[in-house]
Amino acid sequence: MEYFDPHVHVACRTTDDLELLARTGCVAVGEPAFWAGYDRSGPNSFYDYLRQLTEWEPKRAAQYGIQHYAWVGLNAKEAENLALAREVIAVLPEFLDRPNVLGVGEIGLNKNTRNEVATLEMLIDLALRGNEQMLFHTPHLADKYPGTRMILDLLRSDSRVDRSRVCIDHLEEHTIRLALDEGYWAGITLYPTTKATPERAADMIEVYGPERVLVNSSADWGPSRPLAVSDFIFEMRRRGHPDALVRKVVYDNPLEFFNQSRNFRFTPRE
Amino acid sequence: MNASELLQREFLPLRGKLIEVAATLDRLARAEGSPADDPRAQQIRRSLEILAGTTQGSDRAEQVQMAFSLPYDPKWRESFGGQ
Repeated sequence: MEYFDPHVHVACRTTDDLELLARTGCVAVGEPAFWAGYDRSGPNSFYDYLRQLTEWEPKRAAQYGIQHYAWVGLNAKEAENLALAREVIAVLPEFLDRPNVLGVGEIGLNKNTRNEVATLEMLIDLALRGNEQMLFHTPHLADKYPGTRMILDLLRSDSRVDRSRVCIDHLEEHTIRLALDEGYWAGITLYPTTKATPERAADMIEVYGPERVLVNSSADWGPSRPLAVSDFIFEMRRRGHPDALVRKVVYDNPLEFFNQSRNFRFTPRE
Repeated sequence: MNASELLQREFLPLRGKLIEVAATLDRLARAEGSPADDPRAQQIRRSLEILAGTTQGSDRAEQVQMAFSLPYDPKWRESFGGQ
C-alpha cells in the first residue's frame, strides 16, 4: 500500500532507510525541523540545517522516488535562550517560501517553561502573520499532558488560528481526544518504547475514528523505526480493517492536510 | 473480531507481558535498597492498581497514562507572570 510518513527526520537516517521506506510503499515524507541531539552553537548552525532540509534532503529522497516536504521552525528543546530564538526566528521567513516547505514546525513545548512559552508565542505569531500551517510537538512523558493542554490554551486564545490547518503531534491515549475535540489534526507517533506502538495507534483509530488522524514514525537519531507506518498498516490489516480505512489514515489524510500548504505540489504515482 | 477471538489472539502476548512485569518487579525486590519513596515506584504501584481494578471500563490505557503524568494547572499563565 502506498503511504505517507508525515513526520520523519530524514536527515538522521541513512539511504538504506530511504530504500526500505520506498520498498514498503512510502511515496512522500514530511520532515520537521528539530533538535540535533545537542545544542547548536549559534544561528548559523540553524541556517545550515534549514538549508539541508530544503535543498539536500529532497534530492536524497528523490533518488528513491520519495517526495520530500519540510517544516521549518525552532524546536522547544532549543527555545530557552530567547536571544538565540529571536535570531533563528528572524531567518525563518526566507525558508517559508521554498518550494518544499509546508509551514512552521515542529514547534511546541518540552518542559513547559516560561521561556519555551515565550518562544512558542513568537513562532505562532510568525506562522499566523504568513498564513502558514503549523505542526506542534507535544512534550515527552510526564510533561505531555500539561504541555498539550498549555499548547491548546495558547491556540485557543488567538482568534487568527484556523484549527483545520494545525496538527498537534505525538498524541497518546490521554491527549488525543483533547486535540480532536477542538478540531485539530491529531498526530500519533509510533516509537518502540515511548509514545505509541502500532497496536495502540490502531486502538486509537478504533476508538476515535480515522477523521483528522495522522500516523508517523518520527524516526530520528534515537530509538525509532523508519518502517513504523508500514508496521501500522500491517497491524490494521491483521485486525481485519478494510484497506480503504487504512489508506485513509496513511495516505488520504496526510495528503489532505499537506494540501492546505501553499507550497505543496504532490505528484501521485500513475 | 469478537471478544473470544481477540482473547484467543492476544492471550499469549498478554500473558508474556504480564510475566515480564512480574519478573521486573521481582528483580526490583531482590535488588539492594528500596525505591519505595521514589515517585516513579508510586506511579508503578498506581498503574498496577488501575489494571487490577474491578471496573470493566475500556479506558485503562488513558488512566495509566494519567498515573504517569504531571498535573495541568489551568492558571499556568498567572504563575508565569500573567502572560
